[in-house]
Amino acid sequence: MTSFRLNAGGVVDRSQPLRFDWDGLTMSGLQGDTLASALLANGVRVVGRSFKYHRPRGVMTAGPEEGGALVTTGRGAQRVPNEKAPMVELFDGLQASGQNAWPGVRFDIGEINDLFGRFFTAGFYYKTFMGPGRGTWAWMQFEKLIRRAAGMGTASREPDPDQYDIVHDFCDLLVVGAGPAGLAAARQAAEDGLDVMLVEQDFALGGRLIGSTETVEGQPADQWLASAQSALGSVRVLTRATAFGLYDGSIVGIYERLTDHLASPDPQMPRGAIRIVRPRRIVLTTGAIERPVAFGANDRPRVMLAGAMETYVRRFGVAPGSRAVVATCHDGAYSSAMALAAAGISTTLLDARMALPPALADAARSAGIELMPGYVPVEARGHKGVRGLQVGRLVDEGSLARSEREIACDCVGVSGGWSPAVHLVSHRGHKPVWSPELACFLPATAPEGVALAGAARGVWATDAVLADARTAAADAVAGLRGKRRRKAAERPEPGGWETPIQPLWEVRVDGVKLKSFVDPQHDVTTDDVRQAAREGYASVEHMKRYTTLGMATDQGKLGNVIGLALLADSLGQSVPETGITTFRPPYTPVPIGALAGRARGTHWQPERRTAMHDAQADDGAVFTDAGLWKRAWWHPAFPGEPLENAYVREARAVRSTCGMVDVSTLGKIAVQGPDAAEFLDRVFVNGFAKLPVMKCRYGVNLRDDGIVMDDGVTWRLAEDEFLVTCTTANAAKMMAWFENLLAFRWPALRVHVASTTDQWAGVAVAGPRARAALERVVASGDVSKDGLPFMGIVHARVRVTDGEIPAMIARISFSGELAFEVYTPSGYGPALWKALVPSVRAEDGCAYGMEALGALRIEKGHVTGAELDGRTTLDDCGLGRMASTKKPFIGNALRHRPELSRTDRPQLAHFLPVTEGEKFSIGAVVCREGEVKGHGIGWITGVTVAPALGDGWLGIGFVTGGPAAWEGKTVVIADPIRGSEVRARVASPHQFDPKGERMHA
Amino acid sequence: MLRIPCPFCGPRDHSEFSYEGDASVTYPPLDAPEEAWFEAVFLREDRRGPTEELWHHLYGCRAHVIVERDTLTHEITGARLANPAIRAALSEGEE
Amino acid sequence: MQRYSALSVLWGGLTGQKNWRPVWGRPQPKPEYDVIIVGGGGHGLATAYYLAKVHKIRRVAVIEKGWLGGGNAGRNTTIVRSNYGIEGNTEFYEHSLKLWENLSHELNYNVMFSQRAHVNLVFSPGHRDMLARKYNIMRLNGIDGEYWDQDTLRRRIPHLDFAGRFPPLGAYVQPRAGTARHDAVNWGFARAATALGVDIIQGCEVTGFIREGGAIVGVEARQGEQEYSIRAEKVGLAVAGHTSVLAKKAGLGKLPLETHKLQAYVSEPIKPFLDCVLVYGGVGHFYISQSDKGGMVYGGHLDMYPSYAQKGNLPIYEDVAAACMAVLPALGRVKLLRQWAGVMDMSMDGSPFITKTDIPGLYLNAGWCYGGFKATPGSGYCFAHTIAQDRPHWANEKLTLTRYREGRLIDEEATGPTPKLH
Repeated sequence: MTSFRLNAGGVVDRSQPLRFDWDGLTMSGLQGDTLASALLANGVRVVGRSFKYHRPRGVMTAGPEEGGALVTTGRGAQRVPNEKAPMVELFDGLQASGQNAWPGVRFDIGEINDLFGRFFTAGFYYKTFMGPGRGTWAWMQFEKLIRRAAGMGTASREPDPDQYDIVHDFCDLLVVGAGPAGLAAARQAAEDGLDVMLVEQDFALGGRLIGSTETVEGQPADQWLASAQSALGSVRVLTRATAFGLYDGSIVGIYERLTDHLASPDPQMPRGAIRIVRPRRIVLTTGAIERPVAFGANDRPRVMLAGAMETYVRRFGVAPGSRAVVATCHDGAYSSAMALAAAGISTTLLDARMALPPALADAARSAGIELMPGYVPVEARGHKGVRGLQVGRLVDEGSLARSEREIACDCVGVSGGWSPAVHLVSHRGHKPVWSPELACFLPATAPEGVALAGAARGVWATDAVLADARTAAADAVAGLRGKRRRKAAERPEPGGWETPIQPLWEVRVDGVKLKSFVDPQHDVTTDDVRQAAREGYASVEHMKRYTTLGMATDQGKLGNVIGLALLADSLGQSVPETGITTFRPPYTPVPIGALAGRARGTHWQPERRTAMHDAQADDGAVFTDAGLWKRAWWHPAFPGEPLENAYVREARAVRSTCGMVDVSTLGKIAVQGPDAAEFLDRVFVNGFAKLPVMKCRYGVNLRDDGIVMDDGVTWRLAEDEFLVTCTTANAAKMMAWFENLLAFRWPALRVHVASTTDQWAGVAVAGPRARAALERVVASGDVSKDGLPFMGIVHARVRVTDGEIPAMIARISFSGELAFEVYTPSGYGPALWKALVPSVRAEDGCAYGMEALGALRIEKGHVTGAELDGRTTLDDCGLGRMASTKKPFIGNALRHRPELSRTDRPQLAHFLPVTEGEKFSIGAVVCREGEVKGHGIGWITGVTVAPALGDGWLGIGFVTGGPAAWEGKTVVIADPIRGSEVRARVASPHQFDPKGERMHA
Repeated sequence: MLRIPCPFCGPRDHSEFSYEGDASVTYPPLDAPEEAWFEAVFLREDRRGPTEELWHHLYGCRAHVIVERDTLTHEITGARLANPAIRAALSEGEE
Repeated sequence: MQRYSALSVLWGGLTGQKNWRPVWGRPQPKPEYDVIIVGGGGHGLATAYYLAKVHKIRRVAVIEKGWLGGGNAGRNTTIVRSNYGIEGNTEFYEHSLKLWENLSHELNYNVMFSQRAHVNLVFSPGHRDMLARKYNIMRLNGIDGEYWDQDTLRRRIPHLDFAGRFPPLGAYVQPRAGTARHDAVNWGFARAATALGVDIIQGCEVTGFIREGGAIVGVEARQGEQEYSIRAEKVGLAVAGHTSVLAKKAGLGKLPLETHKLQAYVSEPIKPFLDCVLVYGGVGHFYISQSDKGGMVYGGHLDMYPSYAQKGNLPIYEDVAAACMAVLPALGRVKLLRQWAGVMDMSMDGSPFITKTDIPGLYLNAGWCYGGFKATPGSGYCFAHTIAQDRPHWANEKLTLTRYREGRLIDEEATGPTPKLH
């Protein structure tokens, strides 16, 4: 393989060779190379295959606009598809391979598609593949083939092994892009005392000045660059960092690549970091992106952007070929031709204009460049690389040419003009305006605090760029110091070419069919754009979507403007009449894993554990998820005891002796202040004003719309102090609701609320021998039947292993048994649990978990979140009698709407299988016999083996009209999803101990 | 990202807050008729442009803040505490 | 209408693609129509098509402010399903799904409806129980639905994360659900409607309504510099995220709507990675599918504050990316290509309305929240019926505006009148 590396020049380190693997071949590059420059240096022409036609493609650019050299890097779990070779920094041991090709990119069977390209034009798939008959069967078959052919690289199916960080940052001034403008702006602002961040997507600073031979402010470019860099001082410089999005509030998202360029990165290092920066001012020195010209076979390997060729020669010391043709229509490409000539490459320059820029033309001629005014490229020759270029003379100042002759060459550089990189302001909805003079879109407005400078606003000449950038920086400084902004007139005018550009989008030749690409990656041709216009897809958005132009991984950086100009031409309109397209974030693609940061795997969401979690885990408890909480599901009596066994045993213990359960997750809100009782009276459907101190009461509250929001027991600890407990699931919601009411609706109420969920650990002890168990550990505080009546509260002290702890004990029952809830400050939670376990055991009781808790409440007919599901009313749940008629409360007005007051709404009931031994499940639908269809007449919300009701299967749920309409009657409980249908008898939900004698014991 | 100037905490990312509704809604007295409540709970101005909104500084000081914001441009032009008494107390403290 | 087929594509290839006729023209507004549909999104175009096709009302104009299909119809995550459990929604969305199944043939335009299954992951026994009722109701209404246990899930999608914070226990699946090509749906309806005589007027903004004796009898509109008064017996609004703005102009007053924005995301194209629509609800909210082009198309929650701007912010994207990594951690190195947002008419119960209004001559189609795409044919069909017949079709009988007053809510998420939570 020929080496295309020049003997001298560039900022690569010829003393540091790097070995890398390309498609199974070992190759050599240099420190300072990108994968693209190294592949060019190794003479690799075909690097990729296009999306649709599988045409061979090579390196086209030297930046993120790359449309040809898309590769896959890494192996196994570290494989990264769709990397742009010019953006991949070379390191020793880099592995890269071609993609979207079989068996490989050099020879790809898929290229057969190219032969049928005439059929596969814009939108052809909308017109066929539907098949005969009805339905989607035919399409589903075609789709399989299409999907296999589509896609580009192949993603790994193994979890991404790397970590990513999210970093939040602030600065006075953020400068995006470290070309000459960015360097000048950052330096100026830092010298004026600002905290400046400078971000650059490249691994080196300097932009187009890297390797340049031009003179900048009287200095050779390399010296100017060196001094500019050393003068950055306090500026925080981020390289390999792309500002990918500008968001509301001028927040900037940056992705910083940290290890992709390292041969053996520290495994502790994150692969990348998202930096979310909140700058006070922003200067965008993002430069401009060169655009190609559409001509025949302009996608052949070694047809490149002229500026990219210049970059490869000057920065990387790589010759793209030995005989070059550069085709342009503006002054900017002359320096590219000069760079090629200076590297000893025989160069011909086609300039579409008849009037050449005199000074540049003289310089070119004296550099030995053959100049061809009025000439344009017509068609590239060659298949896997350029062999020649058919050139022609423009017939007029449009795009029509007369084909003349072929120039032998092995590389072609194209430059159709420059497009300022206005993407970031476009993210904020600021649309650029068309400049017919410069044939590009220029930024018109920018968000408050954001300025563009240099080539990003169409200023081309280096000296003017530097002046512009310094002015923008000075404006930022003045703005931050509260000084009046300078006049816009001080900023240089956009432009700066000796001779005006003569827009050239496409070269056409009468009677000759050319395959001219606008968006090479997606194989969109000029004919596709015209076809779209002809078919009526005349809005630019329709054309883009119909042809897929601009939808590829370069997001239209190469092709959008040409496509728009061609569409305008087809419609006989100007470019501004035709429209613009909006750029969306991200500017360049960002790994999905990066934005997830550390929220990965088991750290995706927090795990909440109660104070008594470990004490229960030590005893072998099995846990389940309840929201973010881990709660004990059951407590195996022996290792491996199954749930089905354990929960019945636990529930039976509660009914016959006693049990204890961790209730710490219940939401707890301290409600304090002179108006606390009034507040609760407004919130809850029942009254709290008359609740005596040291007593508690069950309460229910509604949403504004009259639907039940939550329920729980509220403790009155003093005249002006309550402890509201609410369900685990609604704890945060209830707290926020209370705060909202007090701040917004009723600010006059003198009430303060605080969440104390995490301050208290709680254990419920329930069962006929609960008092006996409790008395074994209570050191002070009367928990006797008279001392602590039903719903009473007592302050107590509990004996634990090494002393006594404070506790509040209330006589509250969820199970329907004699029961107590014991609360202690969270730090004492483990001690409380450990103290209670032996005393409960001594009463032949045991610890119980969520499943048994559920069994007990289903038997008792108590509701939970499963019934209070956000669609049910007080009456649906059998709680209608709680609603006070003496005071208004939230939800009272709207709960009487007609549909909510109907008596035939589904209401709470028990369900028992008619045939002993049959079971049904939660989520089954209750139907009338013979009418097992539609939405049924109810549903099941809880099921259990019911030890208190003869060990049979018991369900709780809803049925239209409730027990009043259905008690004793039979319904069908249908569960088609799990394949069961069971006949069941409806019963009152209060079958068990209907008078409540057990809990009052 | 919206940056909300919390009167207690200073400018903070909107992700610290929870949007709680249109602050121009006046909730009627609890014993007001159904119609008044229906309008407050179910009907919205839903303005396209400048509006006043109630935000809760959930992961901050937990104040409820009335934010003046444009729903089209997302520009925020002001913020004050929802509770007038605390608002008054805060401004006294600043004097 | 020029018929599309494999043969016509072949002929196009042989004739340099010169055989194609414009799919829709650039008609000037006529002074009068039978029906004007405001909004050239999927719903508006479908309504016009069914008005002309089913009800033979051909003097129809669709007036679109921007370009047809440019709103939510062209910026959604393309999921089509009918897994709804509440009366009102169940029958409507299934009616729509049935129309989807034959839509390519109906329109002679390949809308690429791919019935690749909608897989709703469950992560806890409680979550599994909660969803069981919905899938049972679907089955009892003749809608397909099934449960995959964890073994099945491991076999079908082995690269799911089964070792994370909330590993999936199984999934509820609707096999007939899937994705469609959103643009193709809009274009297919527009082309077929045009062929039946419908005028699709783009770049034309409705600025007001013509009123006569309390009734609406047309619209005032502006196209560029040109202003028009266009009369019509009936005017239908199908403007999704701009409903509140137009409803005020029409005199409807305040509606049970709050306008929010929803982001969507697409990755770079990759070779086939996922062959179903995957949904993860509950602890996080996340949905993902792969387009035929290879991009992973995904999304999550609303940005959670009212907005009329089609641009999103980072915090929600961080949540969505985290959920994505929790479900499919292999996507960590695949790159996000584009992030965008749509404006959603979030209703007070999360369900839509397709209905006559109190104003004679004015009909309303709104409240789609972020589920409007899958409703496109059903919404058009029912809205056309409601406009043409002056009474609802059986499938949209319950999708009224009066239901809020009556308390007959269709609240799938059971979160009450808090639009951002639906």
